[in-house]
Amino acid sequence: MYQYNKQDQTLIEERVSEFRGQTQRFLNGELGPDQFRALRLMNGLYVQTHAPMLRVAVPYGLLSSKQLRKLASVARDYDKGYCHFTTRQNVQYNWPELGRVPDLLGELATVQMHAIQTSGNCLRNTSSDHLAGICKDEIEDPRPYCEIIRQWTTLHPEFAFLPRKFKIAVSGATHDRAAVQFHDIGVYLVENEAGEIGFRILAGGGLGRTPIIGQTVRPFLEKQHLLSYLEAILRVYNLFGRRDNKYKARIKILVKETGLEKFTSMVEKEWLRIKDDMLLSNERIDEIKAQFAPPAYDATAKNDSSFDAHLAGNSAFVKWVKYNTVEHKVSGYRGAYVSLKAPDSPPGDITAEQLEAVADLADQYSFGEIRSTHRQNLVLADVKQVDLFTVWQQLDAFKLATPNIGTVTDMICCPGLDFCSLANAGSIGVAKEINEALDDLDYIHDIGDIKINMSGCMNGCAHQSVGHIGILGVDKHGEEWYQITLGGSSENEAAIGERLGPSVSKEQITATITTILDVYVKQRLEDEAFLETVKRVGLEPFKERVYANH
Amino acid sequence: MQIIKDRQLLENTWTFIADDIPLPENGDITVTLARWLADKEQLLKRSGQAGVRLNPSDQIEPLAGDLSNIGVIELNFPIFGDGRLFSQARLLRSRDGYQGEIRAVGDYLPDQVFYLSRVGVNAFEFADPNHIQEALAAMNNFSVRYQASTN
Repeated sequence: MYQYNKQDQTLIEERVSEFRGQTQRFLNGELGPDQFRALRLMNGLYVQTHAPMLRVAVPYGLLSSKQLRKLASVARDYDKGYCHFTTRQNVQYNWPELGRVPDLLGELATVQMHAIQTSGNCLRNTSSDHLAGICKDEIEDPRPYCEIIRQWTTLHPEFAFLPRKFKIAVSGATHDRAAVQFHDIGVYLVENEAGEIGFRILAGGGLGRTPIIGQTVRPFLEKQHLLSYLEAILRVYNLFGRRDNKYKARIKILVKETGLEKFTSMVEKEWLRIKDDMLLSNERIDEIKAQFAPPAYDATAKNDSSFDAHLAGNSAFVKWVKYNTVEHKVSGYRGAYVSLKAPDSPPGDITAEQLEAVADLADQYSFGEIRSTHRQNLVLADVKQVDLFTVWQQLDAFKLATPNIGTVTDMICCPGLDFCSLANAGSIGVAKEINEALDDLDYIHDIGDIKINMSGCMNGCAHQSVGHIGILGVDKHGEEWYQITLGGSSENEAAIGERLGPSVSKEQITATITTILDVYVKQRLEDEAFLETVKRVGLEPFKERVYANH
Repeated sequence: MQIIKDRQLLENTWTFIADDIPLPENGDITVTLARWLADKEQLLKRSGQAGVRLNPSDQIEPLAGDLSNIGVIELNFPIFGDGRLFSQARLLRSRDGYQGEIRAVGDYLPDQVFYLSRVGVNAFEFADPNHIQEALAAMNNFSVRYQASTN
């Protein structure tokens, strides 16, 4: 993975001292709350229900074991012994003390970590495919381009005060695992007819209150023009994005209101003017690529036979392998998910002890690296099949081996009313209740690939509008109610879920979800997946049962 | 009042003349973009220098042909979070080739001068004199720059 050079390190240290000064000025009353708000947000610091919340950047979801151990020690020393992985592959601490945040950031800086631009109206952390570099369907590894974008976005002087937040995702595979079409700018690595690899650039996608699928502004862009093209889009957005209404300020609204054709011509005009002054050289690309070179895989890994023997003798291991591991492009290796969706734990949460256990496993079995996924799990990407049984046992000992990746209990969930000051309704409690109702693993495995995404408010941090089943917490006369959508997807066949009908009360939500699953089981044809059934039969059969007694 | 220009402190000589105030005969003045475009000739005949005060929503393209006659361009922040002025500064320098003074005025923070300096703003006026020293210090907050920009 990318290792900081002296410059990178200097920058994050300078950022820590800048923030230390700003915090001091605020505590001394020299900086007003609104002014400090904008500055602290650009360092990932929110003020939440109980305490400040600090969001730490995990660039494109890649972590070293050393960084994981630091996250663990910070969780112990500055928080309550745990942290939370988000849908943007980042980490959140829910209980730091404001006065100690500069010290916390100083600790993170010692392992090349920071909270720069993890919130606020600026260029956010770039996200990517958690199987980058190991999946078989990859055109090219997206991570070097993510790193190039990371550097370009960091303290970009012109785009630090945008109309609203701005998120970029890059995917290099044919299967989109990074929800690229729902980003302000989406970047796909593609191959053109001449066999050259470049980028397809999308703009104007987004989730939140008004979910919109991004549109292609340039079907093929040569690699050397990546940064000039991004800069042209950002300049048009910065100048013309709406600033009169924060709910209409994302680029998706600009693209929609301007029209794709006109928006594209504005971008292209600016790009043609600047493109030759901002070329990305092959040498530069190669230099960054070298930092993502494949690890030293063992060519004999495939000769192992113990893996098959374990599979033959242990049905629990079989289930874990089936659901929580993925194919690897190198024969004899698999990627192993670390499930952060144990039934009795809030989705995405991980304790300091668990972080350290994963760090140890990464060091012993996966070249010392870990990835975070946008579905709030972790991945040990390069595990030899001979080691999978041991890895499984050890993960299991730390409650990190629930065999539910890609199933109905692998829910995406925001912190909700328990922590977040924006939320209208609880989400962690509902997730727990749904988990308790779905305690039969065989049933969960039988119903297969169902993605439930649940957000506690319209801001949609848990991407409910693209969940196969989306749950949105709403406030109804001071009570927590839940609106349900079906048929959303953030993958290649991107779709925004359709509203099932009136919202349901907190008492009814779990029963409603089990009813929906029940209708699916009755309606499905052979091994038809949930999403296919919803597409085929529409919402009616679901409505009939859910609202039968209304 | 003192301002910062090219990292030095100096006494301000410019006055902004609002649209409803008649143009004074002498002295260095700035006016709104609309007034500049309407009264350009009259402004250039005066004995003092003339400049333009831009607001974030101003379309700067009509100004391109006049830049050699403009002594200062003020970027007026109504609120510190309005980032359009950053792009305007960048375009004035890199696209339109403006080489005169670009000055930040209005409601902005010393914490922003590092970014502003990098997009071509070379002068800073603050209503609060305490901000001057903070701004001078903040210019050196970062020694590392990832992007090619105006500086």
